[in-house]
Amino acid sequence: MSMTVRTIVIVLIVLFGALFAAAGMIWVERRLLAVWQDRYGPNRVGPFGLAQVLADMVKIFSKEDWIPPFADKVVFVLAPAVILITVLMSFVVIPIGPYFRVADLNIGLLFFLAMSSMGVYSIVLAGWASNSKYSLLGGMRAAAQMLSYEVFLGLSLVGVAMIAGSFNLQEIVNAQRNLWFCIPQFMGLIIFYIASLAETRRTPFDMPEADSELVAGFHTEYSAIKFGAFFVGEYAGIVLNSAMITTFFFGGWLGPSWLPPLVWFLVKTALLVCTYVLIRAALPRLRYDQLMSFGWKVLLPLCLLNLIVTGGVLLAITGGG
Amino acid sequence: MLNLVRGIWLVFLHLFHRPETIQYPEERPYMPPRFRGRIVLTRDPDGKERCVACYLCSVACPVDCIALQATQDEHGRRYPAFFRINFSRCIFCGFCEEACPTYAIQLTPDFEMCEYHRESMVYEKEDLLISGPGKHPDYNFYRVAGLAIGGKDKGEAEHEAPPVDLHGLMP
Repeated sequence: MSMTVRTIVIVLIVLFGALFAAAGMIWVERRLLAVWQDRYGPNRVGPFGLAQVLADMVKIFSKEDWIPPFADKVVFVLAPAVILITVLMSFVVIPIGPYFRVADLNIGLLFFLAMSSMGVYSIVLAGWASNSKYSLLGGMRAAAQMLSYEVFLGLSLVGVAMIAGSFNLQEIVNAQRNLWFCIPQFMGLIIFYIASLAETRRTPFDMPEADSELVAGFHTEYSAIKFGAFFVGEYAGIVLNSAMITTFFFGGWLGPSWLPPLVWFLVKTALLVCTYVLIRAALPRLRYDQLMSFGWKVLLPLCLLNLIVTGGVLLAITGGG
Repeated sequence: MLNLVRGIWLVFLHLFHRPETIQYPEERPYMPPRFRGRIVLTRDPDGKERCVACYLCSVACPVDCIALQATQDEHGRRYPAFFRINFSRCIFCGFCEEACPTYAIQLTPDFEMCEYHRESMVYEKEDLLISGPGKHPDYNFYRVAGLAIGGKDKGEAEHEAPPVDLHGLMP
C-alpha cells in the first residue's frame, strides 16, 4: 500500500514538475533571449517578472477557443492533446534520482524514442486537420523533418546503449559512474543534440513554424488553450530532451556528494535548457533543403561512423567476449 | 561549421554586457534640447507675449492643427484672440517653429502628453503660453522691428532712425 502511495506521489511530482518547468520556460526563454540581446525582457509582473507566466496563463485561458468551421473537428481537438501526452509520457522513464523515477522500464530508451516519434503525429494531424494551406505546409515540413531526424536521434543513442549494455535509463546512468558518456560518445552527444533541436522544432530547425514564411505553420489555426497546449508541449519537449541528454551523456543524477543527486540532475538539465535558448538567440533558420541534406549527407554518415568506431573499440576492449 | 560555433560564443558573451534598455518611467532618457515635442508659446524678455498673430504657423502646418484668430490692442499691436493647437493631429514636424517670424511658437523636449479623452488633446492659448522666453532668451521682436505707438509711427520717436525702406534699391 505504501508503495502505491509513494508511486502516486512520485507520479504527481513528476507530472506537475514537468508542467511547471514547461510553463516556467516561457519566462526563462524570454528573459534569457533578452539577456543575450542586451535587453531586460519581462521584468514588470511580480519579482523578476516571474508572474509573467501567470499572466500569460490567464490570458491564454481566457481567449476565445475557436475551431475553424472548415477544420476536421475531432482531429483538430485531438492533435494538441497528443503532443502533450507523448511528451509527458516520456518523463515517466527519466531517472531523476537513484530511487526517484516513475517507471523502471528495461526498454526506457526505446520508450523515449517511440514517444518522440508519436509526437510527430500531433504536428502532422494538426496541420492536416486545420485544413488551411499554411498549416498543411507546416505539417508536411514537420513530418519530413522530424521523421528524418528521428533516425539520427535513435542512431546516436545506440553508442550509449552499446557501452552501457542496457536500454534501462537507470543502468545507463549507473554505467557512467567512472566516466560520463559525453567523452567516449562525444560525436553521439553532438548528433543527439542537433537531432533533438530538430525534434523539438527549435530555431535552426523551426521550419514547421517558420513565422516569417508560414504565419505560424501547423498551429496557424489554433487559439486559446489548444495553442497553449502546443507551446507547453514544445517547452516540455525542450525540458525532456535536456533531461535525456543529461541522462545519456552527462551522468544523470551522478555528481559529487556535496549536493543531493536530485539537485545535480536539475542543475544539469537547467544548464542544457539554457543552451537551447542560446542556440535560438544565435542561429538563424536553415533553408528546408539545407536541413534535409545536412541530415542525410552529414549526420547519417557521422552517426554510422560513430557506431562503427564505438563498436570496434568495445570489441577491442572486451576482446570479443 | 566553426562560424556557427563562433556565432553562438559571441552571443553568449552578451551575458556580460549591460542591457541597452532605459527603464522609462523610473529612468529618464536624455532629451536633446532641440527635440521636437510639446509646442509652447513664449514671451518676450519683458514678459509680453511674442505672438503677432501672423498666421504663418497655421499656414505652414501640414496637418492644419493650428487655429488662431488675430486681433489688435489699442496701440494697433496684433495678438491672437485665441490660439488653439489640436495635438491629436500634430505631427511634431516643427514647421510652425521655422515659420514663426518672432520666435513665439517653439517645440520643447516634453513628450509626455497622453490623455484619456480626445478633447483634452486640444490646447488653448492659456495652456500653450509659458512665462519665459524659451530657446531665444534675449530676442525681442519689437526691439528689432520697431513699434508704432499712439501718435508716433516707427522711427519718429527720439533717438530713432527711420526704418529701412524695404522697397528701395539703395543700400
